[in-house]
Amino acid sequence: MTITLACFYFLSAVAILLGLMTVLTKNPVHSVLYLIGCFFSIAGHYLLLNAQFLAVVHIIVYAGAIMVLFLSTLMLMNLNEETEQHKPAIAKISAVIAAGLLGLVLVAVLHRAEAMAIPGTQDVSIGSIKNLGRILLDEYLFPFEFVSILLLSAMIGAVLLTKREPVNTTVS
Amino acid sequence: MTYLLLIILTPFIGFLINALFGKKLPKTVSGIIGSGAIFVSFLLSSIYFLGFLKGTQAPIDVDVYKWIALPDFTITFGLLLDQLSVTWLMVVTGIGFLIHVYSMSYMHDDEKFNVFFAYLNLFIFFMLLLVLGNNYLVTFIGWEGVGLCSYLLIGFWFKNQSYNDAAKKAFVMNRIGDLGFLLGMFLLLYNFKSLHFGTLQTAIAAAPVQHGLMIAITLLLFVGAMGKSAQLPLYTWLPDAMAGPTPVSALIHAATMVTAGIYMIARSNFLYALAPETLQFVAIIGVATALFAATIGLMQNDIKKVLAYSTVSQLGLMFMALGLGAYNSAVFHVVTHAFFKACLFLGSGSVIHALHGEQDIRNMGGLRKYMPITFWTFLISSLAISGIFPFSGFFSKDEILAAAFEHNKVLWVIASIASLMTAFYMFRLVFLTFTGEFRGTAEQKHHLHESPALITFPLVVLALLAAVGGVMGMPEVFGVDHYLKNFLSPIFAGSTHIGEHGAHHLDHATEWALMGGAFLGAVLSIGYAYMKYVSGKALPAKEGEEKGLGKVVYNKYYVDEIYNLLVVKPIMLFSQVFHDLIDRTLVDGLVNRSGKVSLMVGAQVRKLQSGYIGFYLLAMVVSIIAMFSYVFLMR
Amino acid sequence: MLLNIFNSVPIQHYIFLSAVLFSIGVLGVLFRRNAIIMFMSIELMLNAVNLLLVAFSTYHNDASGQVFVFFVMAVAAAEVAVGLAILVTIFRNVHSVDIDELKSLRH
Repeated sequence: MTITLACFYFLSAVAILLGLMTVLTKNPVHSVLYLIGCFFSIAGHYLLLNAQFLAVVHIIVYAGAIMVLFLSTLMLMNLNEETEQHKPAIAKISAVIAAGLLGLVLVAVLHRAEAMAIPGTQDVSIGSIKNLGRILLDEYLFPFEFVSILLLSAMIGAVLLTKREPVNTTVS
Repeated sequence: MTYLLLIILTPFIGFLINALFGKKLPKTVSGIIGSGAIFVSFLLSSIYFLGFLKGTQAPIDVDVYKWIALPDFTITFGLLLDQLSVTWLMVVTGIGFLIHVYSMSYMHDDEKFNVFFAYLNLFIFFMLLLVLGNNYLVTFIGWEGVGLCSYLLIGFWFKNQSYNDAAKKAFVMNRIGDLGFLLGMFLLLYNFKSLHFGTLQTAIAAAPVQHGLMIAITLLLFVGAMGKSAQLPLYTWLPDAMAGPTPVSALIHAATMVTAGIYMIARSNFLYALAPETLQFVAIIGVATALFAATIGLMQNDIKKVLAYSTVSQLGLMFMALGLGAYNSAVFHVVTHAFFKACLFLGSGSVIHALHGEQDIRNMGGLRKYMPITFWTFLISSLAISGIFPFSGFFSKDEILAAAFEHNKVLWVIASIASLMTAFYMFRLVFLTFTGEFRGTAEQKHHLHESPALITFPLVVLALLAAVGGVMGMPEVFGVDHYLKNFLSPIFAGSTHIGEHGAHHLDHATEWALMGGAFLGAVLSIGYAYMKYVSGKALPAKEGEEKGLGKVVYNKYYVDEIYNLLVVKPIMLFSQVFHDLIDRTLVDGLVNRSGKVSLMVGAQVRKLQSGYIGFYLLAMVVSIIAMFSYVFLMR
Repeated sequence: MLLNIFNSVPIQHYIFLSAVLFSIGVLGVLFRRNAIIMFMSIELMLNAVNLLLVAFSTYHNDASGQVFVFFVMAVAAAEVAVGLAILVTIFRNVHSVDIDELKSLRH
């Protein structure tokens, strides 16, 4: 049992546990917080996998931006534990069964895949900023630019969608 | 061959013109087109006839086009012109033409004038097809076609429901006979792979045929003849068919359509030669019909009904002749009967026309003064049908009776009795209609006059033919050639071993005796009628006053009622069951049920579109699971 | 610097972890009625996939996997922005984010 394996198990357990708590807890705000914790553990996984840049970006974007957005929307709608409705029992059971089956199938499918040999030398700097930056602006320039347009359109979309229609007051 | 086709096609063209454009044409033109078409056919037929007489014309057997071509057999649309068919051609086109001319005047006031001529032409077309076909199938087309035209013409005044019923009855009874005809044809086709007369004749002469099969075929073909020519038990349609206009009765139900059965059996003589049992049956049916119809005719009071029953009776005699193997005599009687029966019908039409629709002889009388031409032609034809020397009916009937005497004395007795009755009721008709005092209304008496020329001209021609037509078939004892027998000898050559030596084998003394006896009997019957109705001034009982046996006979032995009870009502019941049980419950139920099922399934499937996002998502996940397991795990 | 992880942790473990996280995400989507929680579960599913991508990228020594994750994150951010905007609009009209209330598109 090497230290890395132990780290792996610990992080996995945390991620799974927090994920379950996200799904099962009744208070939406708690749900958000659990999810943030989950993201942190996944960032830890990234670190284990030598993807330093991604780990940091993950935390900044997900935990810092997306979750905050979720939280603010929640507060905007003033949701808390009492207003939560529950699905009928049959739906819950079928949901559990479906999810479980899906997991089973996925595991079975991927398990069948033949294990490939680990390539000899590993380049540990593969996840470094320098390397990733070079590849992004070298091979994947086109999608990179497109993503910027995507983000722009998302911004515009979000603003437009939530714009309130001006109410015409008729002054007689 | 073109002329042959022309003979058939000109009436058809006449039909087309009158049917499509007749409404726009003036009535005279329409009538002329109709009559002209038949006249053309008559001229062409006469040319062929003279050719046959002189011996310059040989029989024509030509295939117009190949109709049904199968590996097993081929049926062509073909025409056969030989002595037998040319005889019928002359009768059909000749008398047809005269009746067309007659109709131009008789149907003058009718609004459907052009339709009438169209139907008449169509009828002639089909009849010619029947007679000129060179195989059973073409004959059958004509057979069915004349049945159709008979239906159309009987129900011509369709606004009267009872006329429609009569037309339906005629058609349905014909159809029953046709079933027999069809079955006979099927047997022929199956066993001999051909329906062509010539081919069949050689095939049967070549190889021995199973006797039972022959009996079956001939019997079935005779069933067809029974329906078409109104023999027992399929005769009840003919008296009811008098609902049609008088020219129709004259043409179809006296001279042409009803003789189709006789034509068919004469044409099939080579088949019947091998089945003497069937011929026996034919003779028995024929003579029974002759007697039966004659008895009914004794008591009828409608001028056309008397003639109708007389037709049935005479047809019975013709079938008896066929059954005895005396084919020539039967054809002879067909020709002479056509002459005098058509004349009688047309004469009755003249009377009905003059009396504006009156048909009951109890309301007639003394018409001799007012309608002399009608009277004299009617009288001549009545003398002919009664078998008075030297009119044509005497010779033809005598020949038949002689054949009967030679082969089967019982049949001879019955036939003679029928002939005596014929003479009696015919002259009962003559005396009640034309002699004595007029018994109708004063209004009718005021309008009595002789019919116009277009009506009397055909009457005169037919009466002449009825008078002198006997010359074509003089018996041997007169020392003159039997023209008809010689003319038709090639047709019946193979079948003469059955009968026909009757005329030769009877010695002359017997022949004279028979002729004299028949003549005497007829004269006595006429005398009795004279005594009863002229001297005795007897009148038939009024409606509802008949008693006893007379009542039974007057009501036609209640045969129609019996048929109604035994046949019609069960079929109606059957059809009612089918309608209620099978059609309504089963078929409708099935269709409705499947519709309901469709709706139910739809209602269930519609629940998928619930609008619940959660459900949609679940469905998505389940389908993904299914897809993944199928694609990755089950292969 | 860090040791090659795959000397100690076989790739199957990462596969298994990713599958479990994905199933939990699916469970969340099917289990909850609150639209926002459902959204979050979808984010969880995306993360599971990201994790696997990175794992394989390291396994094969190919940076494309990480680049892909980069783009996934960008798209996820855009999607969340727009999605939440839509939810807010719906909330303004229906005054609820319960998905069982949003069933006008039925037969």
